[in-house]
Amino acid sequence: MKIKRNVALSDSGFVFDPSTGDSYSTNPIGLEIIKMLKEEKTPQEIKAAIVKLYMIDEVSFEKDYFDFVEMLSKIKLTENDEKKKD
Amino acid sequence: MKRKKINVAVTGLNAIDSPGPGVPVIRALKESKLYDVRIIGLSYETLEPGIYMHDLVDKTYQIPFPSTGKAALLTRLKYIHEKEKIDVLIPNFDAELYNFITLADTLKKEMKIKTFLPTLEQFEERHKANLSEYGRKHGIKVPYGKMIFSTAEIPALKDEFTYPLVVKGKFYDASIAYTPEQAATYFNKISAKWGLPIIIQEMVYGQEVNVTAIGDGKGNVIGAVPMRKQYITDKGKAWSGISLDDKNLLDMTKKLFKGCKWRGGMELEIIKTNEGDYYLLEINPRFPAWVYLAVGCGQNHPEALVSLALGEDVKPFKKYDVGKLFVRYSYDLIVELEEFEKISTLGEL
Repeated sequence: MKIKRNVALSDSGFVFDPSTGDSYSTNPIGLEIIKMLKEEKTPQEIKAAIVKLYMIDEVSFEKDYFDFVEMLSKIKLTENDEKKKD
Repeated sequence: MKRKKINVAVTGLNAIDSPGPGVPVIRALKESKLYDVRIIGLSYETLEPGIYMHDLVDKTYQIPFPSTGKAALLTRLKYIHEKEKIDVLIPNFDAELYNFITLADTLKKEMKIKTFLPTLEQFEERHKANLSEYGRKHGIKVPYGKMIFSTAEIPALKDEFTYPLVVKGKFYDASIAYTPEQAATYFNKISAKWGLPIIIQEMVYGQEVNVTAIGDGKGNVIGAVPMRKQYITDKGKAWSGISLDDKNLLDMTKKLFKGCKWRGGMELEIIKTNEGDYYLLEINPRFPAWVYLAVGCGQNHPEALVSLALGEDVKPFKKYDVGKLFVRYSYDLIVELEEFEKISTLGEL
């Protein structure tokens, strides 16, 4: 799962997709996860980082994490979702 | 750098709910780094807001409606030119372009008024009525469409189209018809306003995106900025929009300009489907009313058009700002009765 390279993130949690013009707001944890996805961290690395920082068990995190990335994919913020036409 | 003083005549001063591009073109020219521009507004009606925007428009003259023909237009332009010494003329309405294109040589030879317009062939070829053929010729996807001339042709549309379909006027207006009855209603409504033919177009679902662009007439894109409408009025006009980073849209523009060697300003209306396909809906042969967004993004297309009209060497813009928005607003101008009286009776202000 890779976040599209041109997606812009601000520290306030504002996410902007310049190829569609869509913008979203996310909470601080969502922002952290998107940042880690942009840095191409694996789900395991992300899980380890979040579980270390926040009071959440691995199973609960995994459930929320996959919901979250599924949503990112649905709104086409991930690289594989944007079919390139030549 | 010292700016060159020039007089530019501009039409399309109707900054209303379906705005003409004149006022944003003028704003762009007033911000030019190359030209110190005196603006001569050319209006058709007495309540076009641009007439009364004295900080933008230095002097306005009424001109005859396009349906009056080019002889009347030429006579009027000669009169205006005698007083104002027009250097460049920028028409901004689809409906008036035919007259201006066919007069362009005369304006240049007799009055040294320069324009930078598409050729008559380019203008005719991209008409909505010819768009399917145009798409085939330039290798661009276009929704299936056909021209009809009578409501009697509507029942047979079910053999070629699936409802809903789009009913379009030859210059402006489009409505979505869900039934043959609705199609007939829109046919009558639109043809009464804009004449025949009416264009029936397949409905393509997706996100509408637009490109404002300018071509040098040799196949090169001088500038292009894609935009997505963020807020749309009930007339389908953009009241807010955002500049996009979409290589596919820029490639499509380049491909089109290379193929047709477009000369002048243009707006492309495109639908991007959920599958990522791009369908060309319309080509408008002039700048759109949102062209000032291009200026805000670092590409002053109207200024480039003036340079091209003056025969200057214009280098293509290399970049633009992505994620810039325009938000349109309405504003009540207070106008003295004397001004309204002057434009109404003398035809100039």
